[in-house]
Amino acid sequence: MLRSKLTDEMVQFIQGAKDWEEAIHAASEPLLKQGYIEARYVEAMISNVKNFGPYIVLMPEVAMPHARPEDGVNQMGISLMITEESVLFDEGKTAKIFFVLAADDKSSHLELLQEISEFLANEENVSVLLSAKKYEDVSNLF
Amino acid sequence: MKILAVCGNGLGTSFMLSLNVNKALKELGIDGECKNMDLASAKTESADYYIGSPEIMEQLSDGKKKVIPVINMVNLNEIKEMLRTHIPEAK
Repeated sequence: MLRSKLTDEMVQFIQGAKDWEEAIHAASEPLLKQGYIEARYVEAMISNVKNFGPYIVLMPEVAMPHARPEDGVNQMGISLMITEESVLFDEGKTAKIFFVLAADDKSSHLELLQEISEFLANEENVSVLLSAKKYEDVSNLF
Repeated sequence: MKILAVCGNGLGTSFMLSLNVNKALKELGIDGECKNMDLASAKTESADYYIGSPEIMEQLSDGKKKVIPVINMVNLNEIKEMLRTHIPEAK
């Protein structure tokens, strides 16, 4: 499912961000632009981190910003952003890889989460993402 | 044995973690099940152990709950190691 969701227009490469909030805004841009999510979904993802801490950092250098379906998801989607420089979260956590997850109901995204989990468990995949510069570098991974 | 994987809204991170905790339990031969839940509900839900990222575990901790902090939610070896460290039955 990752392959069909992570099309060229959903994947971005940027230099960096001044803080994690700016990074979440930037990483959500493709989903927002294509109408998958509403602006309030981005704010909900940010308030989650403010309220509960950086638990969206799933492993060193990988974050998965997300909120609840009712926070403004129109259609299930996922976007990927890779930064050149690490973005700093609280607790000293950092991320260069951002998977923004937009789930439109509680069950539809479970399969997608399982796939992301298996993908990230393979260290080789993560290291390819960390050194990727363009879509062609990652398109065969999924 | 009941283990709760906990995160902020109980949907994404904790579900992903619960998948891997269940795999780890199986591999360690522990009879138990891991479900996922949001932080607010988990505060009043009883379980043998609670697992999640360190800052979530800190917010959940009340001196009585047995919490297991994990940094990497997808690394099965780290999860197994943390289960072995915290659960006496997991040897």
